[in-house]
This record gives sequence, structure tokens and C-alpha cells, in this order.
Amino acid sequence: MADPFLELIDISKSYPGVIALKGVTLSVAPGEVIGLVGENGAGKSTLMRILGGVAAPDHGVLRIDGAERAAMTIDAAGKAGIAFVHQELNLFDNLDVAANVFIGREPRKAPPLRLLDTEAMRQRTAPLLKKLGADFTPASPVADLSLAQRQLVEIAKALSFDARLVILDEPTSSLTVTETNRLLKIIADLKATGVSVIFISHRLQEVERCADRVIVLRDGRKVGELTGAEIQHEAMIRLMIGRDLKSLYIPPKAPPGAEALALSDLRTSAFPDKTVDLTVREGEILGLAGLVGSGRTEVARVVFGIDKQTGGEIRLKGEPVRIAEPREAIARGIFLVPEDRKQFGLLLDVSISQNISLPDLASYAKAWLIKPAQEDANAERQKRSLNIKTPNVGVLAGALSGGNQQKVVLAKWLSMKPRIIIFDEPTRGVDVGAKQEIYELMRALSDSGVAILMISSDMEEVIGVSDRIAVMHEGRISGLLERSRFSEDNVLRLAVGRPLN
Amino acid sequence: MLKKDLGLLILILVVSATVAFINPRFLLPINLSNTMNLIGLYGIFSIGVGLVIITGGIELSVGSMFALLGVIFVDLLSTYEINWALASLIIVIAGLILGALHGFLVTRMGLQPFIVTLCGLLIYRGIARFYTEDATAGFPFGVTYPALQWLTTGRTLGIPHSFVAFIIIAVVMGIVLHRSVFGRYLFAVGKNEEAARYSGIRTKRVISSAYIICGGLAGLAALFLTLYTRSISPATHGNFYELYAIAAAVLGGCSLRGGEGSMLGIVLGTILLQVLQNLVNLLGIPSSLNFAVIGAVILFGVLADQQIARYGGITQFFRRKTVPQAMPEKQG
Repeated sequence: MADPFLELIDISKSYPGVIALKGVTLSVAPGEVIGLVGENGAGKSTLMRILGGVAAPDHGVLRIDGAERAAMTIDAAGKAGIAFVHQELNLFDNLDVAANVFIGREPRKAPPLRLLDTEAMRQRTAPLLKKLGADFTPASPVADLSLAQRQLVEIAKALSFDARLVILDEPTSSLTVTETNRLLKIIADLKATGVSVIFISHRLQEVERCADRVIVLRDGRKVGELTGAEIQHEAMIRLMIGRDLKSLYIPPKAPPGAEALALSDLRTSAFPDKTVDLTVREGEILGLAGLVGSGRTEVARVVFGIDKQTGGEIRLKGEPVRIAEPREAIARGIFLVPEDRKQFGLLLDVSISQNISLPDLASYAKAWLIKPAQEDANAERQKRSLNIKTPNVGVLAGALSGGNQQKVVLAKWLSMKPRIIIFDEPTRGVDVGAKQEIYELMRALSDSGVAILMISSDMEEVIGVSDRIAVMHEGRISGLLERSRFSEDNVLRLAVGRPLN
Repeated sequence: MLKKDLGLLILILVVSATVAFINPRFLLPINLSNTMNLIGLYGIFSIGVGLVIITGGIELSVGSMFALLGVIFVDLLSTYEINWALASLIIVIAGLILGALHGFLVTRMGLQPFIVTLCGLLIYRGIARFYTEDATAGFPFGVTYPALQWLTTGRTLGIPHSFVAFIIIAVVMGIVLHRSVFGRYLFAVGKNEEAARYSGIRTKRVISSAYIICGGLAGLAALFLTLYTRSISPATHGNFYELYAIAAAVLGGCSLRGGEGSMLGIVLGTILLQVLQNLVNLLGIPSSLNFAVIGAVILFGVLADQQIARYGGITQFFRRKTVPQAMPEKQG
């Protein structure tokens, strides 16, 4: 194989309280496909941020075409031919494909007006799309494209920069099997033309199929490098987790009780022609697995009264209820810990104390005047019992780390009387230590009789924490697994709509 | 008291002292009393507009409401000879209804507040002018309403009653805004409407309430303004007053993005604006420059405030320390 054109040598990076990377070395040769795997929080994103010039390493050097530098800049990364295709696609869906490819460097017509040269843009985009085998034209509005097609636009954009290295971050997480196959084919084509690819994915089968070399990160360190025939599913998992998946599991103290929440023929606006049937019992943690976009969050939103229920029935302890707004759900003891806590869970520039009291403000007030002392006293109690790491409860919620923010969201609900708590991606962006604490809290809650529905895309979490797993596929429950049948394979099969073995 | 409010107070004192030094007439009881009267008149509706701004909305129609409600009020009293108390009540209720209408259009119909209230600005002004056929509406010669006049334009110990009303409203609304559950909801909705909804707050109701309160206060202010001018030319009465209210709120620390502001800030913002008006008059600055002076001061004030905030507060600003590093958003 040719000499590497890009090297990262002994890179370390730490954030307050967290060592994100420790002595990681990575080299990229032309035409090489590198798989980068690791659990959430293993340091993959930090490594990519350093490579893209968004973050500077604390220690170590980068070498591009033999020239050493202490840190990358966004400009230098572009010049070096490094292109990113992010998990959250950065496209303008009000523009057409060509305009997106050339955003910020649009070809112009002659002076003096120098108007946009739409024709030139489209002509130069067309061969890129052809190369990728796209089934849309440069003039197609991005708004009309599917997720997979949008991804191709991103890749076309990367190629238009004459990229030497394309970094794909979780590119297949929301693709269908056919679309995934086509993407893998495109990766092979890129490789054939000498373009290198870094493929970051949790889908180990796909890594197995396309990578020449796999780098495994765990807790910020490079724990292994596999090449050729060594690249195998089992080997990667062993390196990634370095421990048994089931060690997370805390068994419940008692068998589950009566039915707490039952959904029958529930319809959501996202999948109007599909229905959901699901039962959560008191004292159990029911995991709700599935691919991104399979309709899990939509179910949570309907149960919590954010979205309109378009059909079917919600029963609480057997009794049918209508929930028109979150206030009614909260009054019935149904609480939601939302996926995007910065947008929905918290008021970031409001104090911890006032965040916690917000859903139940009347309890801290006399004659509608709030007693701040009572708010603070309760917040202090929650701070101690949930181990929220903050000097005092007057600190703004936005200043906390992800894990502590999540605890504040939880504290809001634990200050009231929960009966059913829906956790949507409870540990996204939460560091490892706080993760375990959150799992313990969830178990303590379920042991006290609360029914817990946990939506999670983190395989380790779903398998490690749940008592049962329901899997969603395109708007309906495709299967229900008891603990004895828990396996990554079974969950994935149901998630992509295939039958179990 | 917030640092921001303290800065504003210092600015008011500095401007006042400067004006008083250059032209001692500033301190004459009659000048002070007149300025207080204007502060009261403008302050009453500025409080309402401030509340709307705190929810993240905007209210542009109060100036036109003064014209419309004013001509109706004059008509109720002089043409229909309705009891003044009843007529006043009708006007305040009319203000509440207009506010409710704005709230309805914003929260239930999903229209942008700017558009709703801009249309209000145009529509109310148009109706007012049509109603009087563009003629000036005034009370009949020689007719007086002693009780009403005493309440609105009277003075006790030299203090104008409009100012007294303003202070009472400011104190009450200050408690509502900063101490009550409803006030906390106003801020929560302004900061992040979605998160507030996820916490079980009826955000639509809260936002509508802000418009309703604003409408009610605008109705009340319309009474004071009508009795102050005693005649209303519907084409010009209350022109640009909505902008004074917005300016006062912004000067007082309300963010047009919502979620920020204080009652004391709004009060001080109103005071500063009127002191500036007075400055223009007393320093012999051509009155045509009036708006330019006020605009320049607001621009300077907001700019200075932002620069100081960027350098981490006044103390840091003078110590020239570096900005503390923000916590990283995401790790791993």
C-alpha cells in the first residue's frame, strides 16, 4: 500500500473532567478504507473534530504530506482534501442539489453584476452525481430527496472539493438495506479512484464488508487495530466493550406488577397507516429499540400529549384516557425525559433550581407567589439524592455537563409523583460514569413501582438495561424479546424488519 | 437589583445631572412634574409591551389603538353622554379584547406577532380615521368631567396622577412578573417555548395572556392620553408610541428574542427616554433632531451593554482579563 499522506501522531485531548483522547495514532494512505469503531463516548467524534480542525489537540502532531503541524484548522483540512459527511446532514433543503454542492463558492457570470451561474453549477454537478450513480438531477430540490439521496449530495459535495479523504460519520444508521448496499458500492468505487475513506459506524457488519483496516477506540484510547482477515464482528466487539455486555444489567427486586400503560392500535401522524400495540408493566423497564426514524419518538410524543393522537387508545391501569397536552400527561404521572434535552428538556440559561420546580410550580407557591426558598430546598434535596455535580443549585443548567443536565431533567420529574416515565435516549451525550448512575436510578424507580419505557438506539444500553425489549420498524412493533432472547442480532433483525432466526 | 438596571440608573443620573448643569430649568418643579407626567403616560403601555417582548413576541399596534380607542372614548362621552366611569371601563375592555384577538391570532392561528400587530397598527389607525372622517375629535367646548380629569390629569403634591398610576401598575406587575407563578411562566415561554410546553405549561394561554394584559394597559393609557391631549387627530394621535415602548423595554434589558427583562428595567428605560426628550427641549437642540438623538442614545446604550457583557461584566472590562473559556458542548 502507498505511503500515508495524513498522519495523526500521539494525539491527546481532554475536556474538563473527561479525557477524550489519549495517545491516539492514526495514518491514512491513499485509497484506503478505514473503519473507526467504538462505543458512544469512546472518542471517535473528538478525533474527527481534531482532524477537521474544529478542536485542537492538547498533545501530539498532525502530519499532512510530510509537513508537521500542531493543530489543524478548518481551512487547512479543506486544503488537505479532507471532507466530512456528517451524521446530521448539513444541507439547505430550500435549494436544489447543485446549489448545495457549490454553496459558498458559487460560479458567477461575467462582471459587473456577477450573477449566479446556475447553468455552470448544474453542469459541474452532473458528472459527480453520475459517478455516484444518483437517481436524481442537479436541479432536483433537496427537499424532495430521501435521506439516502441527501447523503449522496453530501458525498458529491465532498468530491467536488477533490477530496482525498472522505469521512463518513454513521452513514448507514438510517438507510435501508438496499441503500446501504449501494453506499458500500460507492465506497468501493471511491477507493478504486484513490480516494481514502474513514467509515465510522456502529453497524459492524458493514464495517466488516468495506474496511481494509479497522481502528477500535475505547475510553479515548486506541485499543486495537485489525487488518484483512482479522476484521471480524466478534473481534471488534471484544475490543470495543472489553467487557461482557450484560454487566450493565441490574435485575429487578420483584417480578413486574400490573399493566401500567397500554397502547392499542395507537396511530401517530408520522405513520398514519401503521398502528402500535404496546404494554408497559409496573416495576419493569421496557426497552424500545429500532432504527432512527422508526417512529419511537413519535409514540412517546403522543403519549405525553405533544402530538395529536390520530387513532387508537391509551389505557392507564386499564382505564382509557385522552391526553391532549403535556399538562394532562403530567397530572396523571406520565413524564417524558426527551431526547434533545437542550431543546426540550431544560431552560439552559435558567438556574437548576428553577428548572426543577418548573413543572410543579404551584406547589412551591402560596397565593400564586413563588417561595424561592422552597424551590432551592427541594433542588438541594434532589442535588444530593441524584448526585448532581454543582457547587450550588443557583448555577445555570446550561453550565452543567451532559450527564448532570440529564439528572436535572430527571429531578424535575422525581420531585413529583411518577407513575410512568418515558426516557428517550436517556444517556445520549452523557459520560460513562453518569451513565451508570442513570441506569441505577432507573432501576431504583422501577423497583419502587414506576413503569419505565426506555427508547434507545444504543445497543449496549437496550440489551444491558431492559427487562424486555420491544423493537419498532417503520411505525409498528416488529417484535418483542424476553431477556432470554436478547441479542444484538435479534434486535437488529427486528429493527430492519426481518424475521428472527 | 441587577447590574444592568444599576447601569441604567447611573446613566439616567448622569444625563440628568448634565442637563441640570447646562440648563438649571431642568430642576424646576414644573419641569420635573411635566416630565413625570410624560413618564407616567408612556410608562403605562410600555409595561404591557415589555411583557409581550419577554414572551418573545412584539406589539406594534398600541399607537394606533390610542387613536381608535381615543376617538371612541371621546364619542362615548360627548355624543352618547355615557357616564365617564362606564365609558372608561368600556375602553379598557375594548383594549383587552384587541389584546385577546392578537393573542388568538398569534397562538391559535400560528401567525407571527410582528405581522399580526403590524396589521393591527394599520387597521386601527385606518378605522379611527374613517370613524371621524379624518376630523379631529374633541370634547365639546366648555364641557368638563371633573372627576375623570382629576384622576387622569390631576396632581397631588405636584405629582401627576398618571405617574402615580404608572408606579402602582409597575409595582403590581413587578410582583406578578418576578414573584408569581404566571411571571415565571412568561419568562419560561420566552426562553424556550418548547421546553416550557414539555414541562406542562400551557404556553398558548401564557402568551395570549401577555397580549391581553398589554391590550388592557393600552386601553388604560388611551384614557390618560385622551384627557392629556383633550382632542384627537386620528391621523397622528399616538404615532410612533409603540416604538417608544419597544425602545424603553429594550433599553431596560428586554431581549427581543424573549425570556429576558425586568420590570425595574422597563421603568428605568421609560424614564431615560423621557429625560432624553426633555434634554432635547432644554438644551435647545432643534426638535427635528428629537428622534435622531433618542435613536443614537439607544444604539450607543445597547452597543455598550453588549460590549461590556462580552468582556464578562464591568469589572472584567476594566481589568482587561481574557474571556473565560466556555465549556465544550459535547465530548467523546
